[in-house]
Amino acid sequence: MTYSLEIDHLTKTYPNSNFRLDNVSFSIPRGTIMGFVGENGAGKTTTMNAVLNTIKKDSGTVKLFGREMDDKDTDIREQIGVVFDAANFPEVLTPLKLSKVMASIYKKWDQPFFVETVERFKLDMGKKIKQYSRGMKMKLALAVALSHRPQLLILDEATSGLDPIVRDEILGVFLEFVEDENHSILMSSHITSDLEKIADYITFIHQGKILLTEKKDALIYDYGIARCKAEQFQIIDREDMLAYKKRDYQIDVLVEDRKAFERKYGGVVVDMGSIDEIMLLLIKGEQ
Amino acid sequence: MEIIISSNTSKPIYEQITSQIKAMIMNGELQTGDPIPSMRSLAKSIHVSVITVQKAYEDLQRDGFIETTVGRGSFVAAKNRDFIQEELQKKVEEYLNLAAETARTGGIPLPKVIELLTIFYTEG
Repeated sequence: MTYSLEIDHLTKTYPNSNFRLDNVSFSIPRGTIMGFVGENGAGKTTTMNAVLNTIKKDSGTVKLFGREMDDKDTDIREQIGVVFDAANFPEVLTPLKLSKVMASIYKKWDQPFFVETVERFKLDMGKKIKQYSRGMKMKLALAVALSHRPQLLILDEATSGLDPIVRDEILGVFLEFVEDENHSILMSSHITSDLEKIADYITFIHQGKILLTEKKDALIYDYGIARCKAEQFQIIDREDMLAYKKRDYQIDVLVEDRKAFERKYGGVVVDMGSIDEIMLLLIKGEQ
Repeated sequence: MEIIISSNTSKPIYEQITSQIKAMIMNGELQTGDPIPSMRSLAKSIHVSVITVQKAYEDLQRDGFIETTVGRGSFVAAKNRDFIQEELQKKVEEYLNLAAETARTGGIPLPKVIELLTIFYTEG
């Protein structure tokens, strides 16, 4: 398998802060969408910044399209489209003026494609960005990111704060992007229902550590959450549980293979888990 | 070609895709040699992830319903009556099993079940 992005033992510490990225490793196979989930402050944006080389890592390697990027590698940078939560374009510009700036930065800037995308998103080329709504700013940022024809999109909360209609439209754009099997996406989102729809893999991060990377379909269809009574919980082998959380009247146990668990422990109810629930158990549960 | 995806069922999406394509092949809506959409374009059209469609196509290929050629895409495989029959029989077994279990738990005797089945089969 070839990878668009390989992160290996990435570590980053900050002076005067307890926060650290601790041996972060995961990879994105070419042609796939990786969802990146975790609490606020878990290290998603820091990881993305380290990938983009906008912060200096302490150790570990980051390979983009098989190559490590250093400060001089502008050609790799051209291959990455980025949309961060705060769209930071100068507010006094119009999309038309912005596109002229971008055309001078990116060698492969595709003006006809930009115009087409802006029209498709129903954005007004002549209107100043400060008059744009949040959704419109996000769409503009996405249009810019796509118009320099990248191979990899890095999206930090690119759909948060947007209404369901706009989100659905944007998810469609992402799937269209990966119609080219050389294209990949790394996207963080708190809206896990979006990831359940389009992501191929999910990586969970917590306090700077990667908890799990797994195929989304496996998480939804194979993993499960067993709802146990106290006496049922007693008889479950430790190796059959990934995490558990005691509630008032039941104990929720995260299991890797729902069907095998049901066969082994008859009578225990095992639900399919959503990404939200799995995340909750991984983070809040006991191992 | 139409594929309906329901998110309100426990049936995995890849199974929803395979069962609908199988049905279209069995009822003749899709004929031998007909092209089926590429994985990536189907994923885009029905708003599901690529790997989900990939799994569906792999299963269809494994069961002999479609053939995939690199660079040319996927096509409905030459029809083989035996496997279609086999598929249908599996389905019949599944339903009969459900009927048998329901009858057993409800205390309905076997002759009664056979009688009912005979009526359905001959009158249907």
